[in-house]
Amino acid sequence: MSTLDAKIPEGPIDKKWTNHKNKINLVNPANKRLIDVIVVGTGLAGGSAAATLAELGYNVKAFAYQDSPRRAHSIAAQGGINAAKNYQGDGDSTYRLFYDTVKGGDYRSREANVYRLAEVSANIIDQCVAQGVPFARDYGGLLDNRSFGGVLVSRTFYAKGQTGQQLLLGAYSAMNRQIARGKIKMYNRHEMLDVVVVDGKARGIIARNLVTGEIERHSAHAVVIASGGYGNVYFLSTNAMGSNASAAWKIHKKGAYFANPCYTQIHPTCIPRSGDYQSKLTLMSESLRNDGRIWVPKNMDDVLAIREGRKKPTDLSEEERDYYLERRYPAFGNLVPRDVASRAAKERCDAGYGVNETGEAVYLDFKSAIERYGKEQAQIHGISNPSKEQILEMGEKVVENKYGNLFQMYEKIVDENPYKTPMKIYPATHYTMGGIWVDYNLMTTIPGCYAIGEANFSDHGANRLGASALMQGLADGYFVLPYTIGDYLSHDIRTGAIPTNTPEFDEAEKAVKDRINFFINNNGTKTVDHFHKRLGKVMWDKVGMARNAQGLNEAMAEIKAIREEFWKDVKVPGKADELNPELEKAGRVADFLELGELFARDALQREESCGGHFREESVELDGEQKGEAKRNDTDFAFVAAWEYKGEPADAVLHKENLEFKDIELKQRSYK
Amino acid sequence: MNLTLQIWRQNGPNDAGRMVEYKVSDISEHMSFLEMMDVLNEELVAKGDDPVAFDHDCREGICGMCSMFINGEAHGPDRGVTTCQLHMRMFNDGDTIYIEPFRAKAFPVIKDLIVDRSSFDRIQHAGGYVSVNTSGNTQDANSLPVPKADADKAFDAATCIGCGACVATCKNSSAMLFVGAKVSQYALLPQGKVEAVERVKNMVHQMDLEGFGNCTNTGACEIECPKGISLSNIARMNREFFVSALAGE
Ligand SMILES: Cc1cc2nc3c(=O)[nH]c(=O)nc-3n(C[C@H](O)[C@H](O)[C@H](O)COP(=O)(O)OP(=O)(O)OC[C@H]3O[C@@H](n4cnc5c(N)ncnc54)[C@H](O)[C@@H]3O)c2cc1C
Ligand code: SF4
Ligand code: FES
Repeated sequence: MSTLDAKIPEGPIDKKWTNHKNKINLVNPANKRLIDVIVVGTGLAGGSAAATLAELGYNVKAFAYQDSPRRAHSIAAQGGINAAKNYQGDGDSTYRLFYDTVKGGDYRSREANVYRLAEVSANIIDQCVAQGVPFARDYGGLLDNRSFGGVLVSRTFYAKGQTGQQLLLGAYSAMNRQIARGKIKMYNRHEMLDVVVVDGKARGIIARNLVTGEIERHSAHAVVIASGGYGNVYFLSTNAMGSNASAAWKIHKKGAYFANPCYTQIHPTCIPRSGDYQSKLTLMSESLRNDGRIWVPKNMDDVLAIREGRKKPTDLSEEERDYYLERRYPAFGNLVPRDVASRAAKERCDAGYGVNETGEAVYLDFKSAIERYGKEQAQIHGISNPSKEQILEMGEKVVENKYGNLFQMYEKIVDENPYKTPMKIYPATHYTMGGIWVDYNLMTTIPGCYAIGEANFSDHGANRLGASALMQGLADGYFVLPYTIGDYLSHDIRTGAIPTNTPEFDEAEKAVKDRINFFINNNGTKTVDHFHKRLGKVMWDKVGMARNAQGLNEAMAEIKAIREEFWKDVKVPGKADELNPELEKAGRVADFLELGELFARDALQREESCGGHFREESVELDGEQKGEAKRNDTDFAFVAAWEYKGEPADAVLHKENLEFKDIELKQRSYK
Repeated sequence: MNLTLQIWRQNGPNDAGRMVEYKVSDISEHMSFLEMMDVLNEELVAKGDDPVAFDHDCREGICGMCSMFINGEAHGPDRGVTTCQLHMRMFNDGDTIYIEPFRAKAFPVIKDLIVDRSSFDRIQHAGGYVSVNTSGNTQDANSLPVPKADADKAFDAATCIGCGACVATCKNSSAMLFVGAKVSQYALLPQGKVEAVERVKNMVHQMDLEGFGNCTNTGACEIECPKGISLSNIARMNREFFVSALAGE
């Protein structure tokens, strides 16, 4: 085991980034024209990076598997983006955002990175507004804010329930400007299938044109991976169907360490599963917890009556309801962080209080909010003695203005009107804090290979706060990587174009083609989805919201067995040289089957509970925090970075020790 | 329920293509339309047949990938939804469902139900942006208040997901609703106004080059648009275009 050097700059935390920027090497504008950069992924992270690198003068080649950058999964983000603007004058500051993020991440993130994130956050909002992103505004014409879980200030900027869409369209527009200028060459419907390493440096990729099936070689002086998270290892998640770990896994196999794979966020408010045919889960934004109250019935009789259709949730009086988050966490109530809220829902459902047929659902109720807003509106409009109907009508209007599209989405899926009856929700896999290990410069352990956005592990520790992924993606892409990559590229101004007719490219291309041909010729008996679903079930049952040593050992063995069967028996129809969605899926699932095992191994190694990682063996046994997760700072205040050695079971653990100089290590309390 | 599906199968851009009949059984009313397609495809793969290729990704109505023309309507019979949000409760046991790609000259078929919508991207390259650098050295976001009514209207226009249902629905294959939405978003915001004249000219020019048809004000696009993009955006674009034409003289 070795220790990793994160290359954190010297100096006080609030000066590190500025000092670093002042010291690193720059590439002069004329030389930038001689340098090519590949960006894999054009979501918020990759899109903003591609646009900025092109604007600086580099030649950018960008890749996405969808038919347009505008369709990356960032588009689905709903609730908002954080920034320490303190527009509400409620005491927010760079330090407070930094503190909240480190605490929210359960003290498992790198202080220096998080501070930098908080520092550049305000700039992101300025940038986006300048690009024409239509954020929500108040009647005075200024930007509006809402609050998200785990914090006590209102720092979340939003565009109704479509914040990710608006931000991505902003980054997309910045890309379009550079595509028009010829500075970005966009490769849509292309999938990266390997990275090419020459003399120890990342110098290109092998990609498949998903329309023609052609295997292409692309070279560059540096490669940036911005391919998103790996939540689909669970098969069911809130991620898009195509979201995958393959780009990240490919660089892992070529030398990039994979950090903290077991840190996964199970989001508390998603629409519950309805049947075995289910292909994905739908998120109901955390912003709803601003106004929705979460509850289950207090009495088992009512639970059964509701499940059997004898009672409706609206029949239950206030006294008959258990607002369990408000009960357990009076200080934060419904706005506790996600990991806490998810576990609390599981606890109630495991105890038998789930309110749907599967027993895996709790209520998210807007009745109080609708009434409160309705009364407020009556006051504003000078209506004295408003009728109950008037109040509800006006209140519903306010709620519709805030969350209209989410309510509509819910109604279309569930066929129930959430203005009239509480939503049913249950936790689902949503986000992966783990990812490719990067240093302060966002460089992986392969020189010249960078990872940004959800694909890296950097800023969220063991749990991400709501509205912080969009912030991190754009911070990485607009404001961090474009600086730090220059330091590396300054050594490449005389290198010249990287040739693709070299043995390294030959070899990488051959491996990619061999694997594709294997799939096409395997003639097995089971579909790709068959294996993916089985993997997902093992992950959810044994590596899900609560984990223990026995389950994790079993999971490792089971995943290995599924993987071996997959390679013997998977069936992929069609040909290699055509558009072939089953072939695409096969490659992605093959990688998930390796990642899943490493994931379980990482969870097994981490014998503590922290953030989204909950080990049943590690809970507080008494005192005020009885039953809550128990962290172990003495033994586990480190980042676990895994080095690939063939089988996941042989991966070698490297540690980056985390030092907390600016924030005191404390038990997280939301009581 | 049990259903008969008539699906457009086309091997590639140069294949003539034809409708092919399939049967699916035991479809739950709670399934989404694409989950029903998954069931069909799993069966086809198991039998060794080529599954039906279709575009999809987010499956929650926001990425704009999914694009099926179902029983003669873009995104099918429900209102205000994309194909992926359409649920089987909209159909009845024994129904025959006709499934085709979004058809337009500017959207050539790639395979089966997948079409090439890169013409939409090229229209955006022609001017769908504000020319501001991403340096972050812009002015403070609150230094320029924007009336809430304008901000809200700009937002409504900006919610277009670029799916192309408007084009597929229009008898002239016009892209006016899509382009009008983008032009409007920027025209309504002070940040976008600066280049409004050039933008509308360039985007409309590219739209014509791509082979989209003219708008004859039938309004079918507004009805089929899953995001409720309003025809008033086309009117605004026409005004902007008129102003740009005057400015050009
Ligand atoms: C439903 C939902 C709601 C969310 N809401 C919020 C929110 O309100 N606030 C918040 O802060 N965060 C939210 N998040 C999290 C946030 O949206 C994501 O973490 C973030 O957008 C990820 O951005 P990204 O750029 O890293 O990756 P993505 O947006 O996932 O982009 C990945 C890109 O990589 C490409 N790609 C992937 N693999 C390959 C390959 N092998 N070859 C080529 N290209 C490839 C894809 O085409 C795509 O362009 C939400 C997430 C979900 C799922
Ligand atoms: S205007 Fe409506 S129908 Fe047309 S592309 Fe946009 S969202 Fe789709
Ligand atoms: S799959 Fe994304 S909108 Fe339908």
